[in-house]
Amino acid sequence: MTIYYNEMVDGGLVREPYAMLSDWIETMPAEIRQMKQAEAEALFRRIGITFAVYGEGGDPDRLIPFDMMPRVFLQGEWRRLERGIKQRARGLNAFLRDVYGRGEIVRAGRIPAPLVYRNAAYEKAVVGFVPPRGVFSHIVGIDIVRTGRDEFHVLEDNCRTPSGVSYMLENREIMMRMFPALFRNNRIEPVDQYPELLRRTLASVAPAKCEGEPTVVILTPGHYNSAYYEHSFLANLMGVELVEGSDLFVDGGFVYMRTTQGPKRVDVIYRRIDDQFLDPLCFRRDSMLGVPGLMDVWRSGGVSIASAPGAGVADDKAVYTFVPEMIRFYLGEEPILNNVQTWTLWKDDDYRYVMANLKDLVVKEVHGSGGYGMLIGPRATKAEIEAFAERIKADPGNYIAQPTLALSTSPTFVDEGVAPRHVDLRPFCLCGDRIELVPGGLTRVALREGSLVVNSSQGGGVKDTWVLSE
Amino acid sequence: MRLKITHETSYCYDPPAQGLVQSLRLTPSVHEGQRVADWTISVSGGQRGAAFRDGAGDWIEGWSVRGPVQEIVVSIAGQVETRDTAGVLRGHRETVNPLVYLRPTAATRIDAALRDLALSEQGEDGLDLAHRLAAAVARAIAYEPGVTEAHTTAAEALALGQGVCQDHAHALIACARERGLPARYVSGYLHSNAGGEPHDAAHAWAEIHVGSLGWVGFDAANACCPDDRYVRLGSGLDADDAAPVRGTTFGSGEESLDVRVQVEEMEQ
Repeated sequence: MTIYYNEMVDGGLVREPYAMLSDWIETMPAEIRQMKQAEAEALFRRIGITFAVYGEGGDPDRLIPFDMMPRVFLQGEWRRLERGIKQRARGLNAFLRDVYGRGEIVRAGRIPAPLVYRNAAYEKAVVGFVPPRGVFSHIVGIDIVRTGRDEFHVLEDNCRTPSGVSYMLENREIMMRMFPALFRNNRIEPVDQYPELLRRTLASVAPAKCEGEPTVVILTPGHYNSAYYEHSFLANLMGVELVEGSDLFVDGGFVYMRTTQGPKRVDVIYRRIDDQFLDPLCFRRDSMLGVPGLMDVWRSGGVSIASAPGAGVADDKAVYTFVPEMIRFYLGEEPILNNVQTWTLWKDDDYRYVMANLKDLVVKEVHGSGGYGMLIGPRATKAEIEAFAERIKADPGNYIAQPTLALSTSPTFVDEGVAPRHVDLRPFCLCGDRIELVPGGLTRVALREGSLVVNSSQGGGVKDTWVLSE
Repeated sequence: MRLKITHETSYCYDPPAQGLVQSLRLTPSVHEGQRVADWTISVSGGQRGAAFRDGAGDWIEGWSVRGPVQEIVVSIAGQVETRDTAGVLRGHRETVNPLVYLRPTAATRIDAALRDLALSEQGEDGLDLAHRLAAAVARAIAYEPGVTEAHTTAAEALALGQGVCQDHAHALIACARERGLPARYVSGYLHSNAGGEPHDAAHAWAEIHVGSLGWVGFDAANACCPDDRYVRLGSGLDADDAAPVRGTTFGSGEESLDVRVQVEEMEQ
């Protein structure tokens, strides 16, 4: 039987970070708890934060369940995580700089050339260009699971435009509004500096041609996008304009935004649209979401784009297996955070092992996301496993396999009171002139008893994430 | 040869456009087979913006024209000194890894007939195979203007058995990639065909990456490798990706277009 690490109880004792929460739960009458839960839901609904996390699809107006029980990290635990996350973000950016430049890691034989250069996310139009400060991915979302007291594993990296940070901020906001005493009585590190840190990070990568204070904008595909709420939320908190492609235009080597006072030059675009839609002159000719001529301006240093086009080559699930190698190769350091052991099915040995052990493994598509297109061996029927095996046989290169992880649990409010439920964590690391990480992130929780799937489309919820000060 | 090139494209908009943006890949490449003596690009009423050399070695210029625009003329005038390198692209500075050019595109997607054509030839090495594939494509697709159009794919042109230089290049690229040889589309100019007849339109051919030689040009439409009659502008995964002019016009008007290309040999 698998033993799951319980973040609240260890060796029969309530762990220190959860001690006061334990009291808090025990002294809270059931009616109060129900009332508070209803209040939290009403608040979320009023704010309108209903978008799907990570482009999972599903009903865009569905409310993701919020669990009032916070997930707590001790200062020491967090400092180690923080070092590991920042190290990983540096390694990923070094990799992007390299593969769009000389490709030393490929020449050194540390990563196979086809994995990089035949990758669909590798953009030819980016080759030979170094963005300001050498940063390609300015907001790196790293999904982490805990499997023991000191064991953390990275599940995947998100180098393009990771979403979900608005939940981190809103969850905290709502907790502070509903339970001010908790925050008075505990030393919880703040996260509300994130928007200002994001704005500073973006301003720090303004191009050399920028004159004066950099003008930053957020480029959204529009209000039909499932993460539109987050786009407008961040624009508001940063005090920058939220624009669509049609609000911007290229003239004489620069990008301008239309304003009531006339055209205003834009220096940094935090884009929340995919590469393929950024510029119809370079990518998809039929894109109505982008800005014609934007790529030429970017490449000639007239504007910065965050994240850089082509950054996605660092975060596919096949390249993921090489991230520890990147950290050793570029930084000369041992990775602080482990990867999850991963079998890549285009390798004969791995293929044989995986096909013989499907019932114990999780198999994922290389470019899949949101918990779709995957097989969870231990939970699948024999027929499901056989059907999935046929799909793998048809295209082995499209799959990777991992062991089923013993995700840690965190105490969670359920109908009967409080019970352990499995959780993961997505912190958001900012890369500009400095590398910054606010102490916290988005904790997702699998609300169904025994479920290991934290995706909101499959019964997942969210929690406030606390880091306690010394 | 010393070639004098004039290339004028006029665009008319009815009703006038509210503005336009173009990305021009209209400057000859820098390599051993050609030296630019003189070259000017102008866009009437336009403003030159971004200009840079990309990872594939192409010089790119962004231009914008503020509206209202009734007509613009994109004019190219220049002289290029060329010499025959038997199609081999030498001294060309580029950093894109050749493996990138194995990627299929809509225009070069393989089908059963293309695969049969690709597998019909055997070569002693990559270069030999590339020559044989170019010859096979030339035999399979007869030069016949007016049958195919800009969006015709390699598979469609092969099924028709007829086409122009773009179709030959697409079919050859598809076949080469199928055989594991990186291949790309090249746009440029041609002075005259093998019979000495002047060529009065822009031209295109394919380049195939063969082991130690690197990139080598193959013009299946003329059953030869590019020599001193050719001027190379830029490359891409297919015609669309290598397009010398990419543009977007703002407004709802109809666009009409007139192109004149002249490539003359100068007296020495």
